[in-house]
Amino acid sequence: MRARYAYTLTIAILAGIVVAFVFDENRTVSVLSFSLRYAVPLILAAMVGIICERSGIINIGIEGQMLMSAFAGFFGAAITGNLILGTMIGVGTGMIMGAFLATGAVTWKMDQIIAGVIINIIATGLTSFFYSQGYVLPAITPKLRIPVLADIPLVGPVLFDNGLFTYAALLTAVLLWVLLFKTIWGLRTRSVGEKPGSADTSGINVQRTRFWNVTLAGGLAGLAGAYLSIEAASTFERGLTAGRGFTALAIMIFGAWNPIGALGAALFFGLANGLASQLQADEVIDIPQQFINMLPYILTIVLLAIVSGRVKPPAAVGKPYEKE
Amino acid sequence: MSVTDPAQTDLGYTDPNPRRETPWSRSQVIVTPVVSVLLALTVGGLLILIQGVNPLTAYWVLFSSALGDVDGLVTVMEKSTPLILTGLAFTVGLRTGLFNIGAQGQLLVGAIGAAWAGYNFQMPAIIHLPFAIAFGILCGAAWASIAGVLRAYRSVSEVITTIMLNAVAIALVDYLASKPLQEPDQPLTRTPPVADTAALPEFGVIPSGFVIALFVSLFFGWFLARTTQGFRFNTVGLNPSAANYAGIGVKKTIFLAMAVSGALAGMGGAVETLGITGRFEPTFNAGLGFDGITIALLARANPIATIPAALLVGTMRAGAASLQFQTGIEPEVVDVILALTLLFVAAPIVGRMLFRKRAMKQASFSSGWGGA
Repeated sequence: MRARYAYTLTIAILAGIVVAFVFDENRTVSVLSFSLRYAVPLILAAMVGIICERSGIINIGIEGQMLMSAFAGFFGAAITGNLILGTMIGVGTGMIMGAFLATGAVTWKMDQIIAGVIINIIATGLTSFFYSQGYVLPAITPKLRIPVLADIPLVGPVLFDNGLFTYAALLTAVLLWVLLFKTIWGLRTRSVGEKPGSADTSGINVQRTRFWNVTLAGGLAGLAGAYLSIEAASTFERGLTAGRGFTALAIMIFGAWNPIGALGAALFFGLANGLASQLQADEVIDIPQQFINMLPYILTIVLLAIVSGRVKPPAAVGKPYEKE
Repeated sequence: MSVTDPAQTDLGYTDPNPRRETPWSRSQVIVTPVVSVLLALTVGGLLILIQGVNPLTAYWVLFSSALGDVDGLVTVMEKSTPLILTGLAFTVGLRTGLFNIGAQGQLLVGAIGAAWAGYNFQMPAIIHLPFAIAFGILCGAAWASIAGVLRAYRSVSEVITTIMLNAVAIALVDYLASKPLQEPDQPLTRTPPVADTAALPEFGVIPSGFVIALFVSLFFGWFLARTTQGFRFNTVGLNPSAANYAGIGVKKTIFLAMAVSGALAGMGGAVETLGITGRFEPTFNAGLGFDGITIALLARANPIATIPAALLVGTMRAGAASLQFQTGIEPEVVDVILALTLLFVAAPIVGRMLFRKRAMKQASFSSGWGGA
């Protein structure tokens, strides 16, 4: 999306939020908090997509990576009785799933979409096969209230009174922007995704860069999965991720493969859902639940139709690198 | 339209350049899928072993319950029918360079469309049955066309839109079956049963839907190999810019292929509804769309080979219930085995192991998002 539109839209939304806040303080804060919580896994998952595609690898398996990590994270936490350990198990599982994709898509030069589809099917199968009931988490995830900042009206309770995952997601987006555009790693990653031949000529190991980026990105998918099962749902159910990994891909495109853009897009998605839920709860609108469930997907299709042609993916995405 | 390197789109079914070595020889085309299935069964056997059951016993139950008697064989044919059609749906897309991940959604929409056409009208069977099937086909085609139009004319990746449309379809049919099309005076989320005039008959014990699916496979084998339109599909799939240069309307062809693909998936839903389930219930047809991908790749995008591939998957699906009943193994083990099969077929593992070719060219169908 052209920056001009993005700025206008952002300012309009922020103005709308301030107006809403003046009219109804509590409800505005609760809608915004809901929206942020909804956006957390989307932000993290979109970052996975950005790292992979900036390196030239399509990751359609984010959904499966998240699902496996949510599964491993939850049962890890429940069995060890330690939330932090569970989260680490989730992240580790995500990295294993990342390495799985990297092996297929980079080392074996498999078709990348097929490799991703395989991850999704295997994840659905394994998590259903090994699923068992009767496990509970040892504790609920603590909230970290940041002193002083949390006392600012509107911004404070929404942004500075959250679980650790939320801060991690917001920091990841900012950090990834810095890493991608201001560091040598970022330059190498982008060159590998745009013009691997030239990157190779200048001495960058294309295959190794792609392999490690895809593997490490899997760790973020793991964090997103762990958030879903450990903090958001506090349980694991079959199909817990409910398509968020796919929505994240659309958010990545909508954010033009830029971490900050994707952060904005994810927050916009969250807000759309938060508003719809609140309006539904207040009985302002009466839409069948199924249509509320459709909303993020329809929004995705419409937004993609609008932005397509105005944003460009990394040039080498989807193509295995063959040395000349 | 970006250029797709012909070397990367080689699937082994057509060789755009006869002088170049074909990556899949005849023996590989048959041996590789067979070995892949055996490998997947071996790894799946380890999972079964972890659960404390002898894998050989489990597989005996799985296959003997499906193939051991007439009832079992009829179930296999019933399970295979929509699988042949969704496998064909993915195949037609693949041959045109499209990833139709949305067979699941198209099948659901086709199924509920056929159910509505089947219960809502009173006509003689000679008109009613074709009408109900055609309506299901039309619904599937229309649903896929959303992704087709966006891909052809707005360059939106069909991979994402079809996935999104799957989710929308699941919610939509659930709504339709719970409100406007719900069976009156029933608390269940389902449509009324289809009229007898719209139900697919059986030939002896053989379900006629299965026979229809076989004929459709043969038709598409002929269509893709021998007709002008089939040639257009293949050409666009192999090299869109060459197709464009040769005067083929690439956008139109992409749209058409997507609609045909959706029509096949919709037909799968229609045949399932009119022949087996007799009404639409949202829980009936879960997961059929993804099996289509496995089947199409096992068959290496060959419509005729789709039949044995679908029969294999159908056999495992048919036996899964007995497996759980007799050994306590979760039926999801079949999902894992099928995913592993897909992995072994799509990854160069088996090819390298068997044929020791260092640089086996891998089939690559994707060419990125958006502008691709």
